[in-house]
Amino acid sequence: MIDLSVRVGGLTLANPVMPASGTFAEGLDKVMDFNRLGAFVTKTITRELRAGNPLPRVVERAGGLINSIGIPSKGVPYFLEHTLPYYAGHKPPLVVSISAPTAEDFGHLASEMTLPGVAAIEANISCPNIEEDGKAFAMRASSTETVVRHLRAATSLPLWVKLTPNTGDLPEVARAAELAGADALVVANTILAMAIDLDTFKPCLGNIMGGLSGPAIKPIVLRQVYQCARTVKIPVIGCGGISTTEDAVEYMLAGASAVQVGTATFVQPAAMTTIIDGLVKFCERKDITRVADLIGAVVNEESDEPELSWLAPPT
Amino acid sequence: MQGQAPIPAVETDSVIAKPWSPSVVGEDALVLSNDSVNLEYRHLVVRCSAVSASAVPGQFFQLLCPHTEGAQPFLRRPMSLYGVNPVRREVEFLYKVAGAGTRGLATLRPGNTIDIMGPLGVGFTLDPKLRHIVAIGRGAGLATLAPLAQAAKANGTKVTAIFSARRPELMVSVDLFKGHGAEVITVTDSESTSGPSNIERLLRGLIAAGRCEAFFTCGSSRLLRVQQRLAREFNIPGQVAMEQQMACGIGLCFCCVRDFNVGGEIVHRRVCWDGPVFDMMEALP
Ligand SMILES: Cc1cc2nc3c(=O)[nH]c(=O)nc-3n(C[C@H](O)[C@H](O)[C@H](O)COP(=O)(O)OP(=O)(O)OC[C@H]3O[C@@H](n4cnc5c(N)ncnc54)[C@H](O)[C@@H]3O)c2cc1C
Ligand SMILES: Cc1cc2nc3c(=O)[nH]c(=O)nc-3n(C[C@H](O)[C@H](O)[C@H](O)COP(=O)(O)O)c2cc1C
Ligand code: FES
Repeated sequence: MIDLSVRVGGLTLANPVMPASGTFAEGLDKVMDFNRLGAFVTKTITRELRAGNPLPRVVERAGGLINSIGIPSKGVPYFLEHTLPYYAGHKPPLVVSISAPTAEDFGHLASEMTLPGVAAIEANISCPNIEEDGKAFAMRASSTETVVRHLRAATSLPLWVKLTPNTGDLPEVARAAELAGADALVVANTILAMAIDLDTFKPCLGNIMGGLSGPAIKPIVLRQVYQCARTVKIPVIGCGGISTTEDAVEYMLAGASAVQVGTATFVQPAAMTTIIDGLVKFCERKDITRVADLIGAVVNEESDEPELSWLAPPT
Repeated sequence: MQGQAPIPAVETDSVIAKPWSPSVVGEDALVLSNDSVNLEYRHLVVRCSAVSASAVPGQFFQLLCPHTEGAQPFLRRPMSLYGVNPVRREVEFLYKVAGAGTRGLATLRPGNTIDIMGPLGVGFTLDPKLRHIVAIGRGAGLATLAPLAQAAKANGTKVTAIFSARRPELMVSVDLFKGHGAEVITVTDSESTSGPSNIERLLRGLIAAGRCEAFFTCGSSRLLRVQQRLAREFNIPGQVAMEQQMACGIGLCFCCVRDFNVGGEIVHRRVCWDGPVFDMMEALP
């Protein structure tokens, strides 16, 4: 028997595989047994009612898709009445993804979501901060620290903080989140991107720009997980382009304690349970008894950061 | 690398595991045939699992289109159920070659496999009490309406079909409907018979003759508007199958939303999950 369990930011998960926020909903239970998942992660919810962005909201590109769904939200009452009771009928712990326009509002929503049936809060701080000209909280260490302090003060639940891959200061941002009290980091959200229609010369998305996800982003986000995992002591959850067991293993070797699967589910709806089955087989083949032994097990012989200095100036 | 645990893992033992089995599958189906039916459309027949072959009229599948040299479509493509045989475990699609994905579909040969995901969405509701219905479609919408012919026949419901196309030789599904005993009226752009005023004239005739107790439609917002007007005037119910660009096809991503008028209030609905078949009066063309 392979032990698939992992400890992530205050929770013990039956296995390291869970959905990425915004790519999962009740309908998927037609495809897979929800009780097999490591955790549930909801679509990001906000306090305000929001309609989301203009259409078209997705466009495909080589190895991935660009989305500008935005955060259509039915608000907190709908969540309490429908979403929460639905997931309560299942085994996996429920992680609620939240977002807000200011650090203070983030705190309010986190305390409102600190409820029986909610196992952890995932703060999506990759969203625009209206107090900083719409720049995402997670772009800078200082705004990250402020918002995470508000969140930490507002909830006793395990606090996962989801970072953006669009910052050049990722390790600093990660450290700021840890310092301010995050229990785990989710690395990462989508990469800011764009596509143009060659017939009309118009941007393919109604919102002009959107976030790239899927296999195309995996090597970039894998590197970011590696950097974050070396920088902080709290667990890192890897998220970006994971579609196969091999992708999940690669992320764990880079330092991820668990993984989130997003876009892959759109192509193969049973991707998550297929990956869970694959992890068992992988461990058996490699004679590994606990999947947790993969975490950060990348073998680094001698070669170290200095050799990369030609790629990026030392910070 | 582990952080401290402020709170113990949630209690899970008290949850009773309910038996689970899939009602939507992604699977490799075997291509039985994939022939062109006219200049634009091809007819694909595949052998599949019992779950896929439980599809009902109006539902759809998401097809993972084969990659070709020039194109590697990343997302699946939605295709309506065109025909189904649960005993032989076969489903059929009728598709127009439109772009990268459907060009890939056109390369399939008998013996190949194609990854299909379904059945998806909410299909048509056919009240067995209906004696006479009208099915009106245009373009790929005719594929979506096709399985209604057989289902209506099984209920003893008579069907009058009004099919619209650019030219007579691009018309599809006519023989299929006739084979199930439906009367088929064809209208085309090239013969100048497909305009809204002629459609309205045809429909008023059918309504007067008591042959239109419900509308079933797909594929044209112009045709939809005519039917909505008549439906209001004569208090006739109707159902419309809508299309929208899709990514997941199963209600996860919210890219396929459209506006609907529900009791005077405009609401967003996901075409893949709340539809693709909707109450005709709630649809905004
Ligand atoms: C629920 C549903 C059922 C459908 N059933 C059928 C069917 O039975 N037969 C059939 O021929 N087609 C059907 N379609 C349309 C079909 O999905 C598109 O033609 C197909 O996705 C085009 O893919 P492509 O890669 O070949 O072309 P692309 O290169 O992606 O697009 C070619 C053209 O088709 C348009 N298009 C792309 N996706 C859609 C879409 N989802 N709906 C409408 N237009 C689109 C594009 O804007 C473009 O103009 C259905 C669509 C939906 C949403
Ligand atoms: C359609 C779509 C909607 C998304 N919505 C959200 C969201 O509401 N909140 C969030 O934190 N991330 C959201 N994301 C980002 C994903 O959670 C994930 O971080 C990203 O897609 C990278 O993972 P992937 O390559 O496995 O998809 C969304 C992604 C997609 C494709
Ligand atoms: S296509 Fe994803 S919600 Fe409809």
